[in-house]
Amino acid sequence: MCTTCGCGIGQTLIAGHALKQPRKPGEVMRYRVHEVGAALAHPHTHQHGVLDGVLNGVLDFGAGAAGTHAPGISQSRMIKIERDILAKNNDYAAENRDYFLTHGIFTLNLVSSPGSGKTTLLVKTIAALQGTLSIAVIEGDQQTDNDAARIRAAGAPAVQINTGKGCHLDAYMVGQAMKQLHLQDHSLLLIENVGNLVCPASFDLGEAHKVVILSVTEGEDKPLKYPDMFRAADLMLLNKCDLLPYLEFDAELAVDYAHRINPKLKVIRISASSGEGMTEWLDWIAMGCRNAVADVQRTAEPKVLLE
Amino acid sequence: MHEMSLAESVLQIIEDAARKQGYTRVKTVWLEIGQLACVEQESLRFCFDVVMRDSIAHQARLEITETAGQGRCAKCSFEMPIAALYEACQKCGSYEIHVISGDEMRVKELEVE
Repeated sequence: MCTTCGCGIGQTLIAGHALKQPRKPGEVMRYRVHEVGAALAHPHTHQHGVLDGVLNGVLDFGAGAAGTHAPGISQSRMIKIERDILAKNNDYAAENRDYFLTHGIFTLNLVSSPGSGKTTLLVKTIAALQGTLSIAVIEGDQQTDNDAARIRAAGAPAVQINTGKGCHLDAYMVGQAMKQLHLQDHSLLLIENVGNLVCPASFDLGEAHKVVILSVTEGEDKPLKYPDMFRAADLMLLNKCDLLPYLEFDAELAVDYAHRINPKLKVIRISASSGEGMTEWLDWIAMGCRNAVADVQRTAEPKVLLE
Repeated sequence: MHEMSLAESVLQIIEDAARKQGYTRVKTVWLEIGQLACVEQESLRFCFDVVMRDSIAHQARLEITETAGQGRCAKCSFEMPIAALYEACQKCGSYEIHVISGDEMRVKELEVE
């Protein structure tokens, strides 16, 4: 983001390249005209002061809502908006979801705190499913493409989204990353969100399910401390269960807390490194993929008109 | 800091409406934020000021109306005010509470000229 005027789209990168702007250059509405000196100090792909009232340094007093101006008389009026703050993100998410549905792509949004073992779980999942399914991965991190490199080494195509200062992936970023992945029909798309148990809960990416990963090296009460995420998820993977004998973590209590927030939350106890619970997780994925394909075939069948 | 993204979404909504309704200046923005929405109001106010700087809503006043959390028990249908997502039903003790209001995040109204 330009620190002089607040313009721009931040430091988000997809596979190392700047995110395409959702707003077209010249569309950005700025009240003040950009100073010439400041404009030279940093590159801009858009214009400032393009709104009718202030164009090229000209103040047009007839551009107001009333179309005229009388000294001392305000042209203010009230406008009803009634629009969800997240509506724009939800529109992009709906586009993504529509694409997944029509192409039979089963998409999961994996969310957790940093260090819960998401990437290791993905690497093991890819290794286990290789040959049976086409898999692609979108990796979200603030910086580095280390995770995408690990996924590619495991044998799946991956695109890294760097959110810069951002704390979550949004549906627009995922839509842009999808274009680079050339997703195959009837495939599995795994999105590893930024390690953060708060913000990703609010941002729909178009996925079929959010999968929250809680590792037993964290606290049992995480579901109570970060309820929004556990409420938004459909599946919880209790990871690193091979370490339970060495810890004081009460797994029953953790599951109980998670069910207080979300009584319908399915729970699988798992250890990505020892392989415990992996079969159940892989079966759950396989079922989701079968259903995604079946849904496409059902909607693609020609409709027979009843007499 | 997803309040920054929320503030940017608010600006986008304001700019979209400006294109349709033809105003050039926003003086006041009214938001409705639910008690159970994942939003820290102080943080949103801070981000709002930063994001609106030099936009058509430069120095606009931000008014936030907070709506109370209201839940309905899935077991016994009892309706009650709730302040957190992990509260139990005050009547039957079940944790299966559906939020019926208090998780909204909306731009309600603008004062423009």
